[in-house]
Amino acid sequence: MTTSYEERAGDVEKTPPPATAPTPSTAPASSTASAPETPAAPAASRRSRTFLLTLGLTVALVVGCLLSAAIGAYNIPLGDVLSSVQHRIGLGGQALDRVGESVLWNVRLPRVVLALLVGASLGCAGALMQGVFGNPLAEPGVIGISAGAAVGAVASIALGLSFFGNWTITVCAFVAGLATVLLVYALSRSGGRTEVVTLILTGIAVNAFAGALIGLFIFFADNAQITQITFWQLGSLSQATWPKVLAVLPCAVAGLLIAPFYARKLDLLALGERPARHLGVDVERLRIVLVLVVALLTAAAVAVAGIISFVGLLVPHLLRMANGPGHRFLVPASALGGGVILVAGDLAARTVAAPAELPLGVLTALFGSPFFFWLLRRTRRRQGGWA
Amino acid sequence: MRTLRDLFAVRSRELPSPVAVGAPAVEAVGLSVRLGGRQVLDSLDLTAHAGEVVALVGPNGAGKSTLLAALAADLPAGSGEVRVDGRSTADWSAPELALRRSVLPQSAALSFPFPVEDVVRMGRAPWAGTEREDEDDAAVAAAMAATEVTRFAGRPFSALSGGEKARVALARVLAQRAPLMLLDEPTAALDLRHQELVLRICRERAAAGDAVVVVLHDLGLAAAYADRAAVLHEGRIAELGPPEQVFGGDLLGEVYRQPVEVFPHPRTGKPLIVPVRQG
Repeated sequence: MTTSYEERAGDVEKTPPPATAPTPSTAPASSTASAPETPAAPAASRRSRTFLLTLGLTVALVVGCLLSAAIGAYNIPLGDVLSSVQHRIGLGGQALDRVGESVLWNVRLPRVVLALLVGASLGCAGALMQGVFGNPLAEPGVIGISAGAAVGAVASIALGLSFFGNWTITVCAFVAGLATVLLVYALSRSGGRTEVVTLILTGIAVNAFAGALIGLFIFFADNAQITQITFWQLGSLSQATWPKVLAVLPCAVAGLLIAPFYARKLDLLALGERPARHLGVDVERLRIVLVLVVALLTAAAVAVAGIISFVGLLVPHLLRMANGPGHRFLVPASALGGGVILVAGDLAARTVAAPAELPLGVLTALFGSPFFFWLLRRTRRRQGGWA
Repeated sequence: MRTLRDLFAVRSRELPSPVAVGAPAVEAVGLSVRLGGRQVLDSLDLTAHAGEVVALVGPNGAGKSTLLAALAADLPAGSGEVRVDGRSTADWSAPELALRRSVLPQSAALSFPFPVEDVVRMGRAPWAGTEREDEDDAAVAAAMAATEVTRFAGRPFSALSGGEKARVALARVLAQRAPLMLLDEPTAALDLRHQELVLRICRERAAAGDAVVVVLHDLGLAAAYADRAAVLHEGRIAELGPPEQVFGGDLLGEVYRQPVEVFPHPRTGKPLIVPVRQG
């Protein structure tokens, strides 16, 4: 007994920073020397990974857009696509024949651009929502924001509203989406935290209520409107035209441009509301701005493409696994990734069952849901589930 | 329209000027706070000066954490006020306050699995865009070294043990380099060595001219490291002064409803507090 005590006492004296050292500054000093090197290596590798991922996503996006513009019922060779685009922006090249030019510029390209905008909006909105709620399951589709925006859009179709011309559906979707975000936010938060269970249950309730309202509007709509609503509800880009692109462009671009400025603050928000405030974040202001941005982005996407679920969930999750949760990368990269997924998804929707066309929303749900299952299993295995 | 512009406005910040040792860093004046219909703090006065460690002790529910939250401007004062760096906390903006005081919450949580180094670096956020941004790397490295977390700088925060998380959270607070540190039970999850380490860090910071207010449950630690200790009891300060003077057996016995014996340490003379036990 006595010997072991003495041994232990001896050990304590031998360790470099003894517990009773009068000058504690020696303890940090010994490790400071190695400190700058140890974190530097992972930081550098992370930077290069960030760069490679961004590059990869950009290349995938460009290739996806080109393929999507080229492939379809009327095939246009890639070289011709490039040459026609060059011609239009005045960099040489030459125009195609009349049919080719018309297919490319009036059918394919508006659709590609719309897929890009919708995908970027959904991906970015997903990353922002997850950051604002501090919760990896927050996604416009899962928690009912998309459905809420859809109520606004359906209402404007069913009631034949046209007070803002082209923008009517977008505006209605935005107002309804914003109301829904605020509702979900108010209902699911307590004491500065959002519990996963509460959030999901709120989403179920909101989705049910929105579904009922949509049903009600369909009940009162005439046949032509019902066809329009049903088609739109499945989630599709097949109605893409340049005026539609213009109708959502301001919303989507404004949202996408504002979002990255709040990335660093979103990182801090991961610490919790109070610690974020201690670090100088005006949490209330941050939340209001981001909720507005999410509503803008979701409304833009829903207004033209209907409910396309899981993009906002899937993309940020995959990127977080690949390159960590830092929002300065995550927010813009989610927009890029969402664009890639929707451009590719729309290409698949148009071509796999040609000449018929699958609704895009059905396709994303078909692939998104199994991902959700996998995510649930993975999280349960790693940390015993979401609490 | 004005509110919209307000939302997106970039606000200019006034950098803190160094506080002279002995000048008040944080003052609570006639501070009362009601929570859920209960008077948690009752017209309480407390001042922490630059260069000293003030320990807040007291039984559960005495109002220690509420007092710290009020000092941190998390809770609005019901009546009275809290002044940080000479100005009421209500008049400081969040970014300005962040340059003047750092806060360690009771439990460290993180929604996403950031690596440890990134978490510590979050402490530097208040200085972004100021001339002291250049200190970032040095401050982060020094804070991680001081709390002995450099070894797992690259590991995700969520994979750490409770005690390791607590030290990372402390490193984040240290990296902030604010002249006032408010720590809520920094030693709760820590082993013996790291409890001592944390309190030594507090002393170091005080020696460097910062003010440290720390909530402690361990009266021995408070006695050994604090310049002054405040014993809280039912929302008031029952006694405030140097530990040797405050930690008399009678007051502590009455406040904690547990008789205690107090001895001077045979070598240092600091009070040792032991509950009276049978046998």
